[in-house]
Amino acid sequence: MAANVLTVTSGKGGVGKTTTVANIAVALANDGKKVVCIDGDIGLRNLDVILGLENRIVYDIVDVVEGRCRIRQAMIRDKRFPELFLIPAAQTRDKNAVSPSDMIRLCDELRAEFDWIIIDSPAGIERGFKNSIAPADIIVIVTNPEMSAVRDADRVVGLIEAEEKKPPYLILNRIKQNMVQRGDMLSVADVYDLLRVEVIGIVPEDENTIIAANKGVPLAIEGKSRSGVAYRNIAKRLCGEQVPFMKLDVDTLWDKLMQIGKGN
Amino acid sequence: MIDAIIFIDMAESSLVQIKGIKEGLLVTFGEADWNVLSQSLYSQVEKQQAFFKGARFVVDVGDRSLKSREVGTLRDKLADLGVNLDTVLSTSAVTVNSAQLLGLATQLPVPVKRYPKSEAAADLASHALWIDKTLRSGARIEHAGNVVILGDVNSGAEVIAGGSIMVWGRVRGFVHAGKEGDNAVAICALDLHPTQLRIGELIAVSPPKTKDTAKPEMVKIVDGQLVAEPWKPI
Repeated sequence: MAANVLTVTSGKGGVGKTTTVANIAVALANDGKKVVCIDGDIGLRNLDVILGLENRIVYDIVDVVEGRCRIRQAMIRDKRFPELFLIPAAQTRDKNAVSPSDMIRLCDELRAEFDWIIIDSPAGIERGFKNSIAPADIIVIVTNPEMSAVRDADRVVGLIEAEEKKPPYLILNRIKQNMVQRGDMLSVADVYDLLRVEVIGIVPEDENTIIAANKGVPLAIEGKSRSGVAYRNIAKRLCGEQVPFMKLDVDTLWDKLMQIGKGN
Repeated sequence: MIDAIIFIDMAESSLVQIKGIKEGLLVTFGEADWNVLSQSLYSQVEKQQAFFKGARFVVDVGDRSLKSREVGTLRDKLADLGVNLDTVLSTSAVTVNSAQLLGLATQLPVPVKRYPKSEAAADLASHALWIDKTLRSGARIEHAGNVVILGDVNSGAEVIAGGSIMVWGRVRGFVHAGKEGDNAVAICALDLHPTQLRIGELIAVSPPKTKDTAKPEMVKIVDGQLVAEPWKPI
């Protein structure tokens, strides 16, 4: 096995990086892939909470890098998926506790055993970001349909190009289709026109995301929610499957009546 | 400016010199292959790692052309040794461009008089800088001569030229032509909607954008005012 190292980053904070990592990881594990997530947000760790694993942390990534434990000891197995692991960040240190070459070494050690290594980058473009993209084979940028988030995404794309990484992919999170239709929100086409980065996922705004995050049960585990389906589609696209983008339009009652009228 | 020579290793002093300047530690190189020089720099820093820890380096590579991968490696290796690469100085436009794309400074606040200014500066200014990519937010390109860009200048990017600026693409960011006060220069683009545009001392902002207004335009100074006109074959 030779794992793909996938880094999820954004520039701006609060756009949904950690949620994206948790959901893609769960979706990939659900498809039978061996997955390990690494929380790169040292000092402000979150991924453990979203995955519902915070009470099982013994060792963290800084312990591994500084030689206080072996990688295996820091890996927390998700009981829902026997092939999904988390290497948590340290909460009591800062980003400088780990260097880009530490991250490359760590990932190289894990590559042989996994299909996917997913790194949750912190917000910003400083050390934590550099640590997270250093080992990346594939980089995914998460952004929201807001000018400030798109501007930060553009900055990050520029930095990734300067590092001579492969062109990144884009996930557009928190689309509210009724606002787009009113012309009050940037559309997918608008964001693509600004960034010119290949879109690999479009995730609609979904209240269930917050509920799921609080419960520590990523949406992609359950079958129903629209954003859960969107994340599962992203996981399939990352594995090279062609999956059409889901229809975002929220049907009004009138549309539904029309369809019934036409259909029958 | 240079107050003290901090470190000289007799064996390697001809390859790498490190001196204290106001902005940090200035690194200069002798004549050798870049790989040899950079390795020599790493080994010198490594030997006195405790001393160099947390230092800010200003690295002067002379006229060597370094790609952004090489500058990035230099930055990362030094970071591993606990040293911050702050500034890369060079007379090569390629190196300056690489460093700028990585977000490193390429000049000191007060320039060190490293070269007889006339020749080097005039030489750089006489060449146009050719950039065949989109400049994204945070990219800053500064060049003494004309700048030609095959790509867009996105919102948040900055292009500052001593001469004219020509963009085969869309301009949404900041563009400044004639930075030294040359008024006989122009800015032209296929779609010109900069956040702010300057020629010499004059400043303009774009009118609010309406749909379907993408047309090639050229801005020049006419009678002391910035004037935009359609950019057409003459």
